[in-house]
Amino acid sequence: MSDVICVPINSDKDIVTARQEGRSLALELGFSETDSALIATAISELARNIVTYAKRGEVHIGTATDAHREGILVVAKDKGSGIANVRLALQDGFSTSGSLGLGLPGVKRLMDDFELVTDVGRGTTVTIRKWKE
Amino acid sequence: MIATVQAALTDDDLVHLRRAMVERVVVSRSLGVIIDVTAMDIMDSFASRTLREVAQMIRLRGAETVIVGIQPEVAFAMVQLGITLEGVVTALDLEEGLEYLNQKFKSNG
Repeated sequence: MSDVICVPINSDKDIVTARQEGRSLALELGFSETDSALIATAISELARNIVTYAKRGEVHIGTATDAHREGILVVAKDKGSGIANVRLALQDGFSTSGSLGLGLPGVKRLMDDFELVTDVGRGTTVTIRKWKE
Repeated sequence: MIATVQAALTDDDLVHLRRAMVERVVVSRSLGVIIDVTAMDIMDSFASRTLREVAQMIRLRGAETVIVGIQPEVAFAMVQLGITLEGVVTALDLEEGLEYLNQKFKSNG
């Protein structure tokens, strides 16, 4: 991952900044308008989770590469209270904040790769990737 | 009444829009409301929930809301995310939205 854009997330305005940065990088990398909108939507959800549950954190956006492919990598991290029940958090319709609760399963559907690392009391890091076709 | 979203909206903007729309419907005694979201970059869970609430509140005031101009890539992302704008009328663009409301009022006499 090179040329990483780091967007500090402290308020709802930062959610818009993060998703717009993500969208322009996606377009720059050659993703279609549709895929770029999917990526921007996923970033918006992750950034909102930070604002809602952890108050502050960061979203890092960069390129992803492996032996055969190029794509986009987004890492959303916070030092919030972590997720106590990961299995439940990944179920459609579950939420502890009174929101729709589609956040994480929805993000997983929008992207190709989805990894969640959470430590109760220490924070959460969500890593997502989407590869170019 | 027609409301046009001019750019990407923050959560605060959306909450403000919700309040302003409902207040305006009360003051102007509107029967039909069109919200044009052509300029919205994406519709995530918060944006869709807020717009659905606007439509529900306006319905409780006896008026009808039509959301117009959801861009194809935005619609695609909404479906993937699992968002439905259930109970909210949507139309392709402003013209179709107005047509829908005109038909509706005509049939209601």
